[in-house]
Amino acid sequence: MLPTDPTKKISFTRCITDGDLVIVYERHDVMKAIKVCDDSILQNRFGVFKHSDWIGKPFGSKVFSNKGKFVYLLAPTPELWTLVLSHRTQILYIADISFVIMYLEIVPGCLVLESGTGSGSLTTSLARAVAPTGHVYTFDFHEQRAASARQDFEQTGVSSLVTVGVRDIQGDGFPDEFSGMADSVFLDLPQPWLTIPSAGKMLKQDGVLCSFSPCIEQVQRTCESLRSNFTDIRTFEILLRTYEVRQGKMDGSRDNGGGSLPCKRKQHSIEGSNEQDNQSSAAVMARPCGEAKGHTGYLTFARLKCLS
Amino acid sequence: MSQNKIQSDPSNNNSRVTWEGCSVLLDINDGDRLVFGRLTAASTLKIGNKNCSLQPLVGCPFGSLFQVDNGKEGPVLCRALPSKEDEAPEKGENQISEELRDNRAIVDDNKAQTLTGEDIDEMRRQGAKGDEIVEALIANSATFDKKTAFSQEKYRIKKQKKYAPRVLLRRPFARSICEAYFKKYPNRIGFLRVDALSLLLSMANITANSDVLVADMVGGLLTGAVAERLGGTGYACSTYLGDTPNSIDIVRIFNFSSEICKRIVRAPSSDLSLAQNGTSVETNPHEDVCNMEIQSNDQISSSVGMEDTSLSSENVVSDSVPETTLSSENVVLDIVPETTLSPAIKFCKAPKAGEKPSQEALKLWKENGFSSLIMAAPEIDPWNLVKDLLPLLSYSAPFAIYHQYLQPLVTCMHNLQIGKMAIGLQISEPWLREYQVLPSRTHPCMQMSGFGGYILSGTRISSS
Repeated sequence: MLPTDPTKKISFTRCITDGDLVIVYERHDVMKAIKVCDDSILQNRFGVFKHSDWIGKPFGSKVFSNKGKFVYLLAPTPELWTLVLSHRTQILYIADISFVIMYLEIVPGCLVLESGTGSGSLTTSLARAVAPTGHVYTFDFHEQRAASARQDFEQTGVSSLVTVGVRDIQGDGFPDEFSGMADSVFLDLPQPWLTIPSAGKMLKQDGVLCSFSPCIEQVQRTCESLRSNFTDIRTFEILLRTYEVRQGKMDGSRDNGGGSLPCKRKQHSIEGSNEQDNQSSAAVMARPCGEAKGHTGYLTFARLKCLS
Repeated sequence: MSQNKIQSDPSNNNSRVTWEGCSVLLDINDGDRLVFGRLTAASTLKIGNKNCSLQPLVGCPFGSLFQVDNGKEGPVLCRALPSKEDEAPEKGENQISEELRDNRAIVDDNKAQTLTGEDIDEMRRQGAKGDEIVEALIANSATFDKKTAFSQEKYRIKKQKKYAPRVLLRRPFARSICEAYFKKYPNRIGFLRVDALSLLLSMANITANSDVLVADMVGGLLTGAVAERLGGTGYACSTYLGDTPNSIDIVRIFNFSSEICKRIVRAPSSDLSLAQNGTSVETNPHEDVCNMEIQSNDQISSSVGMEDTSLSSENVVSDSVPETTLSSENVVLDIVPETTLSPAIKFCKAPKAGEKPSQEALKLWKENGFSSLIMAAPEIDPWNLVKDLLPLLSYSAPFAIYHQYLQPLVTCMHNLQIGKMAIGLQISEPWLREYQVLPSRTHPCMQMSGFGGYILSGTRISSS
């Protein structure tokens, strides 16, 4: 997934090979991660796709099924991976993820601690941010979940940047070997306040901590425990509003076309429209999508006080 | 498991301790004033009507807090170590129910304070510390005890800001630079809020070893943020229309090592397109008109004054010590010619960034394509740029385009759909709300930014 290996980096000449991970794109909300295997097939509502047809094509190509329907094959990125990964837990999405990376000031070479690993959605983006010389140590108390995460990181090619440990961070704290080593710490735990003292021990001076909690009561208790050793304590909520873009006619008269105002561009037949009346030319318009996430979680950030 | 060498290497952009010549962000009185500057022997900071040397800040960890104290030769900045009493004493959940005082007896007649201006001046002459003046003001306030606990705290903070100002030493990172500009001069960065910037970087898949095509008309903030994520690998190729490169002066505020600066290049879009079409492009490394100062060599003799972006809300007089005062006048980071500088100021200058790309790099991009495109050009129609720049991307390369207006992005998205140039097209707008979290007093902040910009993202597809 990451261009650490120049031979794997996407380019005009980089073609899909046996064993590559590809994101099969049907629609912006229907995607699937697939490992290319010479003698394998993909079957979906569009028909049967032979992997062998894919090999040798560049990433970003359109490929056809036996029924003549098509999908696109994309190179995986952490953003696409977040949309296709198997949910073993509730996951973080792009708005929270990108804000966390920015606010934790993670740059190449950083050492980052994370708990819990969950489905590894954030971990993949953390790995991208610390590459090529940094490292992410992520912990989950669930042995199987940790094992699945390890497999995922192997598959997405970030395993050299991520170490998954099985440990009850809330109960036992982070391992002592990281004392004073961490540039940033990320907590997604039910009772994060129990881990604040340990997180403080792990951080370098002025290092940043982030705690993600869905409930305000969790935030309340976390902030109280942060006040003794941390400063610059700030809590945010971030959401994304997405827009749909359509081309349609805005007519002056009401009875023209049966009131079918903005219709999707695909459905709109340009040749069928009467081009003579200029005032009702097809306009491209945008409006916010009707459905949106109302809440994901609160992000609380704090800096370790500088005492030396 | 891992090593701590990062700490001791001043050229590493992740150093946590300041050094001579390092760029810093000074946060005065909890965000009231934000000043970018360089730590040199001669640099000073004007607080109130006093000039304080920044020398005491050299060698201190980022995150340190300083207070203005009266020294033998005028005011000096002294390290203030946080003590237990600094933490606002929170007495728990029942605090509000115990509060019996209210403001019924407070009359705003300006008679509550018995200490006069002369008294305070006299205290100062006798060497009283700022904190002592604040305590004296509280002791001499007839109404302080009648105030509620919250309003007592407010009073204390107000007096502390005036009589015992605090300076917080911050690392200039994409986060802090973007926040500082957004707070004080949002128009200079095209109203690009920090959450929108972070989304751009994610959506464009910026990571080490990638070759990023950048269209930056936000003063270099975007180029700097990309370079920060590249960490001295890959390339941030800042491109522009026409002959005049866009300013990337904000790049100098980052503490970039020369490895990172070398990876920031600038090329007109015509050069990149020519390279795309197989024509060789003349590169002349010496004609960088808009380049930053010329680096002499490894010697530290080359010097520049402060490129002080003072994002100061109050007006500071700048003529006192022109080349060292962090004044609010030259926020646009004027390039100070070396010759006008006093030879006394010597420090390691941030190496140059924004050279022309090498012939090899151009060849590489022509053969492989860029790994992503990231744009923040709020003054121009995005489609105008995108139609030329998108073909320079590898197939399956992601792109993210910022704009402060929705309509140009809508048109751009529509054209990309019609031209079947990209898939996964989406326009998103981030919404960010900060919370006050206090025992029994948690609520969203009363003021928030209502708008942080729009982003069009997508993935380039192979046309074949």
